[in-house]
Amino acid sequence: MRVRTLAVGLLVGGLALTGCGKSGSPGDAGSPPPQQDVATDVKVDGSPTFDRIKGRGKVIIGVKEDQPGLGFKDPTTGKYSGFDIEIANLVAAKLGFKPEQIEYKAVASAGREAAIANGNVDYYVGTYTINDKRKEQIAFAGPYFTAGQDLLVRKDNTDITGPETLKGKKVCSVTGSTPIQKVRNDKLTDQIVELQTYSQCVTQLDQKQIDAVTTDDAILKGYAAQEKDKFKVVGKTFSKEPYGIGLPKTDKAFKDKVTSILQTALDDGTWQKTYDNTLGKSGSPATKPTLDKS
Amino acid sequence: MNVLLDNSQYFVNGFLNTIKLFLISGVLCLILGTILAMMRVSPVPIFRAFGTAYVTIVRNTPLTLVFFFFAFAFPLLDIVGELREYYFFAAVTALTFYTSAFVCEVVRAGINTVPLGQIEASRALGLTFGQALSSVVLPQATRSVVPPMVSTMVALLKNTTIAAGFSVAEAGAIRDILSERGYSAMIGLLWVALFFIILVIPMTLLQRSLEKRWSVAR
Repeated sequence: MRVRTLAVGLLVGGLALTGCGKSGSPGDAGSPPPQQDVATDVKVDGSPTFDRIKGRGKVIIGVKEDQPGLGFKDPTTGKYSGFDIEIANLVAAKLGFKPEQIEYKAVASAGREAAIANGNVDYYVGTYTINDKRKEQIAFAGPYFTAGQDLLVRKDNTDITGPETLKGKKVCSVTGSTPIQKVRNDKLTDQIVELQTYSQCVTQLDQKQIDAVTTDDAILKGYAAQEKDKFKVVGKTFSKEPYGIGLPKTDKAFKDKVTSILQTALDDGTWQKTYDNTLGKSGSPATKPTLDKS
Repeated sequence: MNVLLDNSQYFVNGFLNTIKLFLISGVLCLILGTILAMMRVSPVPIFRAFGTAYVTIVRNTPLTLVFFFFAFAFPLLDIVGELREYYFFAAVTALTFYTSAFVCEVVRAGINTVPLGQIEASRALGLTFGQALSSVVLPQATRSVVPPMVSTMVALLKNTTIAAGFSVAEAGAIRDILSERGYSAMIGLLWVALFFIILVIPMTLLQRSLEKRWSVAR
């Protein structure tokens, strides 16, 4: 009997501990995002992906869950929010799926191609930079946003003003990511820290273990907006990162459909509204991207 | 093949780091583990208690958690100053800390296979506890310890991949680099797996030759 009480106690204790494992402020909920009108009777001829979604009755979207302002999962409510999420919702709505028919799946950067190619997700929206190497494995619709590599520093920092001032500073980004490889190849600094997620980098920045976090400005702005009095974005981008929606490679019909949905959203102001409701809150204006229709 | 050739520098760097991590923490945890095992069988109650406590607390704590502690929490204590290669040291410390608990238990199991008469005989000859352990018991224990010890070392070798998440660019980071560069992570991982097998083979051969050399007719 004693043993059982002990076991139960340990279990409960363990649960309680894991429950409070992740601290940090829940993302700013803000005003509710605009509801998209759900299209009806959507047909995409000759698209195996669309048929698969239809057959399943719900759409599975690959997203990021640790990037405030873009793709962020609130640890307490389990709700996703952000610009990427809104774009994903928009596409789903125009494909004829109601919000309750959407299932999000958090996929980290390194697993994206595999998730799309294996059909684990129907499409992927999550700071996914379009490049030729990736196009060998999957297809892109977009760009729906253009970001650029930038630096996040502590608010009181004045000596980091751009990439050339990084010499001797500790710079952090995600393991193997393009921004950190750029820092290494351009020899911007020799003090490189590579961690698993951006949030870990930001925590290290807060604790003064490192001096700057580098990655796309869109991601950094999200963190800066979350804790305005702690961090700031340097605001000098030194690369161009066009974000696209990752799609299965062989499904041309589906790609054309998604591209036309994005084009409509850009034309009728939905894109702008979505931006203003999410990333735009950081105060920086956005330039509309031009879609690649090939 | 392209995946390997185009990225050979990442593979070479990655595996060099893996081997470095493995060798350094391997030697350290063999030493620390043996000392712990000696503590656990020693006649001094405090040593015994310490050894037991260490094994109880450390054995099979999630290794990621150990890494987390040494990489993120430990620097906040401000015990050590700024270190250039801090994350590498953190990784070595975490691996040593974790693996020595296993090494300790393996060595202790070996010590227990030595008949009690041996230590009684050496005591009768006037050897001290340390002498008896180091020149009578441990040499005999080593023999039965080889297979599980090699397993522990293989586990250590593969555990080094966790360091990739904590700013040590070893073999575990190759997948992230490849997928970011747009190469197929799947094929990259197959290569990584192949190289790990190649690294494990010499250890298996070593185990076999040691077993043969130290085998006795019973």
